[in-house]
Amino acid sequence: MSKDNQILEEFTSKEYEHGWSVNYEADEAPLGLNEEIIRWISAKKEEPQWLLDWRLKAFRAWEAMEEPEWANVTYPKVDFQKLRYYSAPKQTKKPKSLDEIDPELLAIYERLGISLNEQKRLQGIAVDAVLDSVSVATTFKGTLAKLGIVFCSFSEAVKEHPELVKKYLGSVVPMTDNYYAALNSAVFSDGSFCYIPKGVRCPMELSTYFRINAANTGQFERTLIVAEDESYVSYLEGCTAPQRDENQLHAAVVEIYAGAHAEVKYSTVQNWFPGDKDGKGGIYNFVTKRGICAGDHSKISWTQVETGSAVTWKYPSCILKGDNSIGEFYSVAVTNNMQQADTGTKMIHIGKNTKSRIVSKGISAGKSQNSYRGQVQVMKRASNARNFSQCDSLLMGDRCGAHTFPYIDIQNPSAKVEHEATTSKIGEDQIFYCNQRGISTEDAVALIVNGYAKEVLNQLPMEFAVEAQKLLALTLEGSVG
Amino acid sequence: MLTIKNLHAAVEGTPILRGINLEVKPGEVHAIMGPNGSGKSTLASVLAGREEYEVTEGEVIFKGKDLLDLAPEDRAREGVFLAFQYPVEIPGVSSTNFLRTALNQVREYRGQEPLDAVKFLSLMKEKMKLVEIDQKLLSRSLNEGFSGGEKKRNEIFQMAMLEPTLSILDETDSGLDIDALRIVSNGVNKLKSPDTATIVVTHYQRLLEYIVPDFVHVLYKGQIVKSGTKDLALELEAKGYDWIKEEVDAAV
Ligand SMILES: Nc1ncnc2c1ncn2[C@@H]1O[C@H](COP(=O)(O)OP(=O)(O)OP(=O)(O)O)[C@@H](O)[C@H]1O
Ligand SMILES: [Mg+2]
Repeated sequence: MSKDNQILEEFTSKEYEHGWSVNYEADEAPLGLNEEIIRWISAKKEEPQWLLDWRLKAFRAWEAMEEPEWANVTYPKVDFQKLRYYSAPKQTKKPKSLDEIDPELLAIYERLGISLNEQKRLQGIAVDAVLDSVSVATTFKGTLAKLGIVFCSFSEAVKEHPELVKKYLGSVVPMTDNYYAALNSAVFSDGSFCYIPKGVRCPMELSTYFRINAANTGQFERTLIVAEDESYVSYLEGCTAPQRDENQLHAAVVEIYAGAHAEVKYSTVQNWFPGDKDGKGGIYNFVTKRGICAGDHSKISWTQVETGSAVTWKYPSCILKGDNSIGEFYSVAVTNNMQQADTGTKMIHIGKNTKSRIVSKGISAGKSQNSYRGQVQVMKRASNARNFSQCDSLLMGDRCGAHTFPYIDIQNPSAKVEHEATTSKIGEDQIFYCNQRGISTEDAVALIVNGYAKEVLNQLPMEFAVEAQKLLALTLEGSVG
Repeated sequence: MLTIKNLHAAVEGTPILRGINLEVKPGEVHAIMGPNGSGKSTLASVLAGREEYEVTEGEVIFKGKDLLDLAPEDRAREGVFLAFQYPVEIPGVSSTNFLRTALNQVREYRGQEPLDAVKFLSLMKEKMKLVEIDQKLLSRSLNEGFSGGEKKRNEIFQMAMLEPTLSILDETDSGLDIDALRIVSNGVNKLKSPDTATIVVTHYQRLLEYIVPDFVHVLYKGQIVKSGTKDLALELEAKGYDWIKEEVDAAV
């Protein structure tokens, strides 16, 4: 038996580290989905009428839509009437500071290795933690407020900055954009809101940790980031979910707006429960992420490290509307065991001299399927548009699959679009070379994989990059002898 | 230090090594020569623990331990170093990062503290001088796009960093220009001590002018068919292998 095969055989996927759940009294909606439930959620959140109307409109649109089937993934159909659409940790009054937060909730974050107190004190990261559906703590608000930056839960933004929410909500991802986006628009529970005023450079990384906890709770976050002209923000999103037997649905929407000369960096490290090694359990992650470079010379950069979820369906995209605007997409997607990922990006060139860059690194192990799906569209008006795409696949063993689906649509002859793709296998000779220098096989795999993903990992903020590296190693741990 | 007794090894059922016997003592340099395909690299790979090579008979004792019983990484940690005939490329991993991982795992095995970044870098500087290797090369991806000679020089640099007790150099001279050959050989000589031993696999007498062997062995059809002193290398250079092949083939 060759070493590659042996690596495969010994694929005893380490049990998911974050697999546990905490009992807290949930304040939850009844099962199922109908207009009543939506009214219930909206009332629970004390929302204004316009938002309820918006939700209902989205719901009616969703009812008329079909679940998409074009992605290269297979999974049992989700029964939307068997899900619960709202579940909030019970709290009598709103917390004013971290000290008032339910210690059990805080303990969850501690177990995840994210101590808010630690974060607050040591890292200078403002954290808006989302547990199931309600933001439980927001830190550093004071510092940010002085600069006019708003960083808060979505619900809070609805109350405190309704004019901003009203203006931008659904402006990048219309409620009818796709099946899951419509669903999210109807039932979204909470999420983060971030507003950077004109000319302001956000002095710290903004960070949100999501976590799915209550059983059978679909989680539907809504994130809205608005960067006014000449502003800058780097936003980090990290996710973990405890282990469950039934599949859990996650359908988030992220919208980014960038004004002229504004820059937004959005980084994600996603390690939701991927299911066990036979494919049981795990998160369905159907996410719509889109940014619009609305102003000239604006820039939006997506960086994602995807290691979790049973099924991933995710295409962070950029609409390059402003002249000279830039869109970037850097992705590492790892699939192991029975995981399926169909992920990639869309770059829509509308403005003149717009540029986009796509670097996608897929890593497949076990019996997993990893697909890159990318679209580059150059509109008539977009003279001198440039795109460079690099899509690499790394295979571990011979029972997994890697697929690349590039779609290119060019309506302006001055466009220059380059696409490069490679597929390689992690080599026995590379592992042996490392072994011969005293490096264990497991560390050799980590070293080789991190080297392969380096171009993407380099895009992440330092502390995130370290976490991502560990995560890659962890995901592939047990894959080797 | 190293005792090889009646070593037989096969690849995918085809026997390649057919009874190798060799004794290497501390401080010694052994040269292994022999025609293409005679099994020199196979012997080196078997000693280093490459899995495709199945040992079918015989034993190898290294520093009192059964070498064949150890995993490849443990052989390395025990002090066996193989300078590869064809060094492998690892994209995205710098030599520096690679060596730091390697050195610290070796140190951990030996019960030593890991080297911090400062100590590691100063050790690197010291060893870089020894083989006159450029810092720039070491910050690039390991072996990726390196010229043939640069790869070989990097192998000896790694050897200098890891300070093995037994070094096996598989055709380290091939691909080196005349100056590089001298520099790399000098490096190897400086790393020699009464406690370490070297096995050099080469086709050319030239290398042996720099790294002077105590013994020269000729490998043919998976066996050591002739052993001698450095004069044997001179004789081979002059006469080629035919006379040895004839002797051996006639005896069969
Ligand atoms: N993985 C393998 N699969 C099949 N045959 C192999 C394999 N490895 C080595 N061999 C064969 O074993 C024999 C010995 O090979 P080896 O590389 O040890 O020779 P060598 O003495 O190092 O030759 P050279 O001087 O050309 O480097 C050759 O015939 C070679 O083709
Ligand atoms: Mg050879």
